[in-house]
Amino acid sequence: MALVLNDEQLMLRDAARHFLSEQAPVSQLRELRDTGNEDGFSRELWSGMAEMGWTGILVPEEHGGLGYGFTGIGLILEECGRTLTASPLHASSLVGVAALLLAGSSDQRSKLLPAVAAGEHLLALACDEGPIHDPLRVNCRAEADTGAWAINGSKTAVVDGHIADSLIVSALTGGGVSLFLVPANTSGVTVNRVAVLDTHIMATVEFKQVQLGEEHLLGEKDSAQGTLDSILDVARIGAAAEMLGLAQEAFERTVEYLKQRKQFGVPIGSFQALQHRAAQLFGEIELCKSLVLKSLHALDDGEDDLAELASLTKAKTGETARLATAEAIQMHGGIGMTDDFDIGFFLKRYRILENLYGDSNFHLDRFARLRGY
Amino acid sequence: MTETNEFRQEVRTWLEQNCPDSMRSPHRSDADICWGGRNFTFQSQDQKLWLERMAGKGWTAPAWPIEYGGGGLGRAEVKVLKEELARIHARPPLISFGISMLGPALLKFGTEELKQQHLPPIVRGEIRWAQGYSEPNAGSDLASLAARCEDRGDHYSLSGSKIWTSYGDLGDWMFCLVRTDFEAKKHEGISFVMFDMAAPGVTTRPIRLISGKSPFTETLFDQVRVEKNQVIGELNQGWTVAKYLLTHEREMIASTGLSSAGTIPVGRTAAHVLGTDNGVLHNAMLRTDIAKFEMDERCLELTIERARDEVKAGVSLGATSSMFKYYGTELNKRRQELLMSIHGNDALHWEGEKSHEGRLARAWLRSKGNSIEGGTSEIQLNIVSKHILGLPG
Repeated sequence: MALVLNDEQLMLRDAARHFLSEQAPVSQLRELRDTGNEDGFSRELWSGMAEMGWTGILVPEEHGGLGYGFTGIGLILEECGRTLTASPLHASSLVGVAALLLAGSSDQRSKLLPAVAAGEHLLALACDEGPIHDPLRVNCRAEADTGAWAINGSKTAVVDGHIADSLIVSALTGGGVSLFLVPANTSGVTVNRVAVLDTHIMATVEFKQVQLGEEHLLGEKDSAQGTLDSILDVARIGAAAEMLGLAQEAFERTVEYLKQRKQFGVPIGSFQALQHRAAQLFGEIELCKSLVLKSLHALDDGEDDLAELASLTKAKTGETARLATAEAIQMHGGIGMTDDFDIGFFLKRYRILENLYGDSNFHLDRFARLRGY
Repeated sequence: MTETNEFRQEVRTWLEQNCPDSMRSPHRSDADICWGGRNFTFQSQDQKLWLERMAGKGWTAPAWPIEYGGGGLGRAEVKVLKEELARIHARPPLISFGISMLGPALLKFGTEELKQQHLPPIVRGEIRWAQGYSEPNAGSDLASLAARCEDRGDHYSLSGSKIWTSYGDLGDWMFCLVRTDFEAKKHEGISFVMFDMAAPGVTTRPIRLISGKSPFTETLFDQVRVEKNQVIGELNQGWTVAKYLLTHEREMIASTGLSSAGTIPVGRTAAHVLGTDNGVLHNAMLRTDIAKFEMDERCLELTIERARDEVKAGVSLGATSSMFKYYGTELNKRRQELLMSIHGNDALHWEGEKSHEGRLARAWLRSKGNSIEGGTSEIQLNIVSKHILGLPG
């Protein structure tokens, strides 16, 4: 597939940019924080996204979605990055849907996907247990007990876990790791809301003797490690798309500031010390655009070097978003440090996305392993 | 799609029959490169045959029009040809500044007469070209060049000097930026001219580099005769041609940062030389640097691919050649640094067969020039900040 957007995708991106700049500008995030919003996102906005079809954009048409593929939702996430829009789009409509598509039985799909596509049923992935992303380290246990499962353990950094209707949970099942679809209202499930530094909400979830029937097993028993990795690669590429959006926006705001801010009687953008750093950052962002687009295409085409590509994309885009947001603060000077000014929100959101699903170090290591060194 | 497949089959069959066996392995050293030209001595009968056969098909310049001796191939066909050549590890039949640099400028700005005169001999590898751009006092500030080309009625007379002429001592003809209007502003008095380097008044002096090699010369002109019809583009409009060619040159240099087909990736070399534990390289610090390098290498590759796709779709970004030149050359410097670290003291050898006459050390030293030649990294960043980002000053 050529590394350009087709007309349909360009229209989708423009529509997304227009909708988000009107319905969910950065000021909305500030308002959510200042009003102490419990959900951490606007339910009204979410209804609007559902009306646009975004909540089901990845869901096949047979299950009530648009079937636009990964490139479609990736473009929207990139635009959400520009406006720092808070919503369960990544957790539910991308990661949750991908999990059902990759591992769900036809029963599970037809039961859940229509409601997820409509934005009425929210999904969240619960796989990490410690402070550092490590999907191989699973202590959560599911024990078979006369035709039912009993789950015990706890999960951390569950994105949008506080509002999820169903949790996708990894647990040890004797012979390996399995995935479970756990309704959040099941007895024994305790969800604790944790506000994080970008004013989004995460959750820690505890499972105490949670009893589940066989139909809650997602995919094959004992052999979900590979599936989980594939689900995580989708999550990683989605996070990279969002980071690409926020890096571009932070960069464009910074370049604009360099042209306007005057010191010593001239725009500070006329100083070569700043020009060269801006030019380098421009290049880094161009590289990331290619990566994100290639990764989204690779997901749509089911290419087989996806793991390597996902790690490359997550690490490089994370590194670039780090640079873009750090330079944004530095080049804005003192005003960049103030809470009144929006640029700091970009730095905060970057840090969350950098940590989720493996930070740059995690993915450098994974990339090197995959390449045999 | 099927047309491309048919073409692929045709190319494959032709290569099977026409590419000599000894030409089916990468260059072992610079001495294996076929440069062509009046004074070129072929290393072997096979090398000569390979050039003649490829030139006969026009495939030394596959994208050029057939009427000028080229292959007349479309973009997709050129790609197929490249892939099929790479598949059998075929050596390039000819490395030529005529093909890579002068040709594109002639095709875009040259008169019909000049195209007919110069392009076919370039395709056949009969004339070796040298480029005369930089001068001792015109490096980054190229437009301040001072080589004087004066009107003498029926011809021009050129006096002055050029520097950093690649293989100037081996060139047959030169394409050269000269000053033809001495009163005009610096960008407006420059012309793009061509002349035979065998003409009286041309002297070349090789420049020895830190790598111990002399791939460049200083080139001196003392009243060299330049024919009046040998001007590309309008008189005094040479800067337009020069900029076009520089853009082209920068795009080419960019790919020096990428490992070409058949090169062993740096990470695999490191694993082989240094050894691994459970698939993880012994040297953890070096491993991180290598992974970052290989990531950036893949990024650049994909971005060049995207830029090509964008041009095809008619949504070009414009001044991106500067960005690619900057990244490609900085990347190649990193590659050479990593290879020096991986090979340790073995990479320090300067002579002897084991080190292929100090190949690693010389390549490392030579790479330092990548971010200087064709416009320094700093000049590329200036261009990006002014022409893409629109920053003032």
